[in-house]
Parts: sequence; C-alpha cells; structure tokens
Amino acid sequence: MLSAAAPLGSIVGVPTFHAHIEVAHLPGIADPAGATVERALPALGYTNVSQVHIGKTIRLDVEAPDAEAALQQVKEMCERLLANPVIEAYEVTIS
Amino acid sequence: MTVSIGVVLFPGTNCELDVVYAVEQLGAHAEMLWHGDDTSKGVDAIVVPGGFAHGDYLRTGAIARFSPVMRAVAAHAEAGGPVVGICNGFQVLCEAHLLPGALQKNAGLRFVCETVELRVETTASVLTNLARAGDVLRIPINHFEGNYVCDERTLAALHADDRVVFRYVRNPNGSLDDIAGVCNERRNVVGLMPHPERASDTLLGSADGIVLLNSLLTAAADRATIAV
Repeated sequence: MLSAAAPLGSIVGVPTFHAHIEVAHLPGIADPAGATVERALPALGYTNVSQVHIGKTIRLDVEAPDAEAALQQVKEMCERLLANPVIEAYEVTIS
Repeated sequence: MTVSIGVVLFPGTNCELDVVYAVEQLGAHAEMLWHGDDTSKGVDAIVVPGGFAHGDYLRTGAIARFSPVMRAVAAHAEAGGPVVGICNGFQVLCEAHLLPGALQKNAGLRFVCETVELRVETTASVLTNLARAGDVLRIPINHFEGNYVCDERTLAALHADDRVVFRYVRNPNGSLDDIAGVCNERRNVVGLMPHPERASDTLLGSADGIVLLNSLLTAAADRATIAV
C-alpha cells in the first residue's frame, strides 16, 4: 500500500537522486570571509596556511528520469537561484 | 500635482517608514507596495528600501527577487520609470539584474554603521539630477554586505558610460573602485548602499539626503507629466 506522504514521483516509479552542490566565489572575485580566516589562523600558530576560500554546500533530493536529467535540472536551479552567477561558481555532484 | 512614490515592502524590510516619512516631508504621496502583489499601483517612482527582505536567506535579495511585486518593479523600470534601491533594496535590484554587479560581505567581515562622506560622481541619474558632480554629502551607512563587486568588463562599462553614481570618499567596506552606487544604462534605475532618507533632517545629524530625494521627486514629476 502506498503511503499518503509518498511523493508523486515514487508512485509512478521515478527515481530520486541526491544532489550535492558546492558554491564558491568565481576566480578573481574577492572572498572577504576566506581572507579574514586566513588572517586569523596565524594567530593560533598556523603560519603555514594560504589560499583559504569559504563557500557553501547545498544538498537536496530531486526526482528525475535519470541522473543526466537530474544534473541538468539542478544546474538550472543554480543558475536561477542557488548561486549568483555574477560572483559565484557552482559544482553539482549527482549520486 | 502631487507625485506618488511607491515603497516596496517585503517580509523583513525595515526602512520603509523612514522613506515614507522623508518623501512625504518633501510633499510627495507615498504608497506602500506589498511584495505579494504584482502591481505598482500606478505610482510615478518606486523605492526599494533597506532591511532584510525574506531574512536575507541564501543571499541578500536572492529570494526577494522572485516576489510578485518585482515583476511590477521590472515593468516600471522597463517603461522608463524611476526606481531606486537603498541598501538591501540595492542588493535586491542587483539580484533581479536591474543593476549590474553584486554586493557581498564587507572586507574584514565588519558590520558598518556610521555617517560617511559620499561623492556625487554624475548628475545624469534619477537620484542626482539636482545635485552637482563632485558634491560631498554626509549620509549614513548601515550594512554588513555592501562590498560592491563586478567583473572587469562590467567595471569598464560602468566607467565608459559614466554609470558610477556615487563613490565613498573613504572606502568603508572594501567596495571595488570605492563604488557606493551605480545606475543602469538608461539611468532610471539607481542603487546605493547609503541611506539618504536617514539624512533628511538636520535633527537626524544631516539633511544632505534631501537633494537626492528631491532629485527623485523631480524625476517622478517628469514621469507623471509624460504619463498624462
């Protein structure tokens, strides 16, 4: 018997994919949070650190016919909302 | 005739009444525009005020951009109507691609709340038409994410078209090229981080914002005349 809470996709057998999205600053765009942490670490004795970058991770589940369709749709979400293409790059991993 | 200024209200906006007070003191009629309504109610100009629209979740302005009222704001801008975004409103207009670039966390991750000196760089905009180029105004800033960034091509275009409207005399937040405010190609959409509505009375410490608000009212009146 189907659970009332089951999403429509699972009723008709559409698989669910896990999307892992990394959002980071585009090269050449200043990263104030990364720069601040890079300056703070030496105060704790870590004087051998450079290239600190801070981004964000977004995880979501998406129903799609196949992994390629899921990837395309999540990329579209990144372009439209999840990232700001003016200053951010994103990387999507589907599993 | 009295010009009407629409003031956009998102959940989390908190500077709307300051804008209403300031423009009404100058003789305009203010009309609140709720974010869920896809209408600009026929106003002559629109202000997107400061605050934390939709809690600033994901990125400042990222969610607000999709509020129904933004369709009306974009249509108003497209028709040549004056639109001004202040602070969070500037961030919203950038996310909505009505203005170029983006605003990110201040350099040094420092929240800034102070009155700064702001230089008017061009008078060819709906917010500066009554000012003089080179005027230095004392206007408050109050933000964590006012660090203007854009790519080199965009910056070159801003310079070539004289679209940097304001620069900080002393850069408080790491903004590229000391930029405090920019306008679109048609010069009817302006965004700035400083709050002219908070400098609209000597009682508030400065009345230097009045020339900017009066510029907007003038642009709105021109617009109203054309519309009639």
